[in-house]
Amino acid sequence: MKKLLNRVDDVVVESLAGLAAAHPCLVKLHPSVKAVLRADAPGDKVAVVSGGGSGHEPLHGGYVGYGMLDAACPGEVFTSPTPDQMYEAAKAVDGGKGVLFIVKNYTGDVMNFQMAADMLAGEGIAVEQVVVDDDVAVQDSLYTAGRRGVGGTVLIEKIVGAKAQAGGSLAEVKSLCERVNSQVRSMGMALTSCAVPAAGKPTFELGEDEMEIGIGIHGEPGRKRMKLKPAKEIVEMMAEAIVADLPFKAGDEVLAFLNGMGGTPQMELYLAYNDLANFLAGKGLKIARSLVGNYITSLEMQGFSITLLKLDEEMKALWDAPVETAGLRWGR
Amino acid sequence: MKLDIQGVIKALDAVGRSLAENKDYLTELDSAIGDADHGINMNRGFQKVHDRLTAGSYADLGAVLKDVGMTLMGSVGGASGPLYGTMFMKMSSRLAGREELDTPSLAEAVEEGLKGIVALGRANLQDKTMVDSLTPAVEALKRAASEGLPLEAALESAVEAARTGMESTIPLVARKGRASYLGERSAGHQDPGATSVFLILSAILETAREETA
Repeated sequence: MKKLLNRVDDVVVESLAGLAAAHPCLVKLHPSVKAVLRADAPGDKVAVVSGGGSGHEPLHGGYVGYGMLDAACPGEVFTSPTPDQMYEAAKAVDGGKGVLFIVKNYTGDVMNFQMAADMLAGEGIAVEQVVVDDDVAVQDSLYTAGRRGVGGTVLIEKIVGAKAQAGGSLAEVKSLCERVNSQVRSMGMALTSCAVPAAGKPTFELGEDEMEIGIGIHGEPGRKRMKLKPAKEIVEMMAEAIVADLPFKAGDEVLAFLNGMGGTPQMELYLAYNDLANFLAGKGLKIARSLVGNYITSLEMQGFSITLLKLDEEMKALWDAPVETAGLRWGR
Repeated sequence: MKLDIQGVIKALDAVGRSLAENKDYLTELDSAIGDADHGINMNRGFQKVHDRLTAGSYADLGAVLKDVGMTLMGSVGGASGPLYGTMFMKMSSRLAGREELDTPSLAEAVEEGLKGIVALGRANLQDKTMVDSLTPAVEALKRAASEGLPLEAALESAVEAARTGMESTIPLVARKGRASYLGERSAGHQDPGATSVFLILSAILETAREETA
């Protein structure tokens, strides 16, 4: 396994320093904890804060900036950040209008954000949380930690960030966040494993002719392992599960998001998107907006995920609203 | 036999050394059913604990364990950070004002720690988590306390109970944490969290033996 490293323990810190050095107009680093803050924070608006393990770049630090996140708290690779990070970051970007935490549904993230929320509430700062759980590969039941937060997180951060930028109140921003989460579904797959820098070797082994369906974004194994199939069949298998889950119905307007896991070339992502567009057309679903590229990754994993969001007029307008971050920018 | 403040700090250093030695082993267990970072995170946390305890000076065991809890909470991350952090914070509340650790105070403190973990993680026995090795260890410590066993013997029985509990996680299907996403595929693997509980108790026992010798 080869990686671009100096010292393996400094991967996250040095990468954050690079992000800040590359985009000084957009972001700054918190002076005492690992957190990426909007360069002009705090603003006179609800502060939207997210975070999670590193290794999913551009999520979340690459989405800090105008019209999206006010702060992102990165943990070690694939490891939840700690409560002091969220606490300090929230205090640094709170402009008095309250703070919304967008939390991906993983046991560690939920616990750490909850602790930070308790600490902030104790100081009289208005803080709300929404837990994102869009992964249809995991059955939601009493006997699991619930569905994971995956690709839908990117769309939620963009749409909810735009609402906060437009002056939405904390209650409105939270309610929109819950609504988008309720209308978005995702599923991922892997052709290869990823390798956590500190572990120094692939997290799992996949045979040359195998793939893992329903993979998470941390290299955690998925729903099932099977023989590799043509892209069209893989896309249809995943999209079928997503469409059936909400369910999406003929005539629905959707945002179709085909996301790369980090190691798959754009050429293959667009090839898969073509299969997805054909499949959705066959189902009578109208793609009103689309996004294709590496937006929520799993280090160097090869593979992709599909996310579908059922759009309404407000979501469409907020999706189109200007955004200026390292990872997403248009209209400004 | 009892452990004084320096003895407890020595025991925590031994825990750090054991987690460093077993870093790859824990991470390997976590690769099978989780996200391949448990050993790395626990090692990082307990190295920070070592630094903190070396720099600090302590009047009672409560203050020592509070520093341990706060340090783990702020450095481990994942679910293990809040869970182990809470465990040591809860233990510290039971050991406030105490300068020596004996069997009854250890049993009481670890039971309080377990309660904290269960309240936060809401795991039950047989969910394939750290609770599966910690619960029998607490039972063993309480039994040892009621029988008036010295600390070393109490720890011996706790380590054995934790080992049995840890091994009992192998056939289980995970119902909490990241391993639960795997469903049936999580069976056949030993839980990393249950394993780190066993390693921590074993290292404390080693120190208790050395201090008695």
